[in-house]
Amino acid sequence: MHPADPLLSVRDLRIAIGPVDAVRGLSFDVRDGEVLAIVGESGAGKSLTARALLGMLPRGATAAGSARLRGETELVGARRQVYAGLWGRRIALVPQDALSALSPVHAVGDQLAAAVRSVRRVSRKEARARAVAALEQVGIADAGRRARAYPHEFSGGMRQRAVIAMAMINEPELVVADEPTTALDPGTQRHVLELLARRREETGASLVLVTHDLAAVEEHADRMLVMYAGRAVESGPVDEVFARPRAPYTAGLLASLPPDLSPALPSAEPLPGRARGGPVAGRRLPSIAGAPPTLAELLPGCAFAPRCPLARRAEPAEPAEPAEPAEPAELADDDRCRTELPEPQRLGDGEREVACHRWSELPDRPAELFLENV
Amino acid sequence: MSPASALLDVRDLVVRYGSFVAVDHVSFDLAAGETLALVGPSGCGKSSTAAAVLQLHRPDGGEVWFDGRELTALDERALRPLRPAMQPVFQDPYGSLSPRCRIRDAVAEPLRVQGRWDRMAGPARVAELLDLVGLDPAYGDRRPHELSGGQCQRAGIARALAGDPRLLVLDEPVSALDPSLRAGVLNLLADLQERLGLGYLFICHDMAVVRHFSDRVVEMRDGRIVDER
Repeated sequence: MHPADPLLSVRDLRIAIGPVDAVRGLSFDVRDGEVLAIVGESGAGKSLTARALLGMLPRGATAAGSARLRGETELVGARRQVYAGLWGRRIALVPQDALSALSPVHAVGDQLAAAVRSVRRVSRKEARARAVAALEQVGIADAGRRARAYPHEFSGGMRQRAVIAMAMINEPELVVADEPTTALDPGTQRHVLELLARRREETGASLVLVTHDLAAVEEHADRMLVMYAGRAVESGPVDEVFARPRAPYTAGLLASLPPDLSPALPSAEPLPGRARGGPVAGRRLPSIAGAPPTLAELLPGCAFAPRCPLARRAEPAEPAEPAEPAEPAELADDDRCRTELPEPQRLGDGEREVACHRWSELPDRPAELFLENV
Repeated sequence: MSPASALLDVRDLVVRYGSFVAVDHVSFDLAAGETLALVGPSGCGKSSTAAAVLQLHRPDGGEVWFDGRELTALDERALRPLRPAMQPVFQDPYGSLSPRCRIRDAVAEPLRVQGRWDRMAGPARVAELLDLVGLDPAYGDRRPHELSGGQCQRAGIARALAGDPRLLVLDEPVSALDPSLRAGVLNLLADLQERLGLGYLFICHDMAVVRHFSDRVVEMRDGRIVDER
């Protein structure tokens, strides 16, 4: 163990579900005390990644590669006993669905107290007091009385608060929140995220926040990792990625948000046909064409290429214009989005990584590339 | 606005479930080609309002005028021919289409139910509807699970358009979609509104989407309108 080792170091993580490669070589670090957001849509592999870190992969899924906690404890392929020693103490999960994380037949306070006693040798009374304190810390009023209530007597927001209290109660070093607010109504979502961020700060834990909510990322995360079809397409500090996305997928995703969402977007400047309050035509948003790929039917090359305006632009010209026969070398070069998997490359000081053959071709205002798609 | 000029005019709408008042004297109107957003927290009465506007749940008080007719004064029989003109689009694209039904049958079903199915012209009409929502008519042969969420939502919109509606009630139409697909569906809805002059009653909790997409916003809380802008 080195003090210099990051809290979590993931290298070439691969997860297969049966014959389907769902995560295809993912590397990233989680540093002490930071919030790393893993962003992506369904099928991107973000939840599987989170589950693999916790040793909670679904049946039939297998992981390969490495994920080390503080340089020493290997999580990938670890036996259940290893995880049993880590859960709650060093790593904890905040799941999407609080109801499935809580037992329906035990009072909430008893479940929290049991979590305390699973880690520390303390008296029942002491564990009970800690449970009530933990509920108070997540803003549950009248915690002494509410601790005796059952999960079904809690609202969805309160249940999620209780689950956060449970994840934090033994002060783990790493908390993995897997779409922690998706099941909640929007007002509650904000409060629960704020609570999660506050408790993280108070305990000094690191947080991996798996989400597709870019507004939440902008507000709460320090760094972000953008996944597409089981690979990282881009990573870096949140404000830098929002201000200047380097991967076409990230650029398209950010450009397609309604303009109010993020003043940090370069596309907050009016784009042609994007003024608000005008005729209906002015409501057209930049958008990414097509749909996310089916993992079982991935083509060689970059998974985003079929939807990517840069890859499309580079498609070999139709024979309609045979003015200059392309050099064979040039053709091969143009084709690489469809033949060659882009590897992550470091940019500048190494804080940013992008996996795209054509990132340098992305214009300063990339939203314009996505205006044509309806 | 008088009932004659508004596409939809809702006056003093009341919906009760037992003793619980879900919608408490709500009034608003909507012109053709206009988008009115209904926003508010869960349980504020926006979906109950939408169901009452569509007469899926007959309101307990107030009037709903649609296209110059007072729906609340009509019995089920008299309502039936008017129903195709006001159609819902739901949040869950997979849940709103039968999993066993091919897309082209799902889109054709409203025409069949209305007795407007023409064996000669029907298939072409379905293909035209699919094309209108940006789906390759070849997708008509597929079932919902063979489509992406965005394609499925487009099929749901095609189905809503089958009866030549004038009003669509959009209940969270993009909330369940992957982020990279939302803008495409919103663009489609904007296009359709422009081309067909549809009125939209738009229920959404994403305020950035609401501000971008709506002409006017009505905010509800505890069954009442608390703000209009």
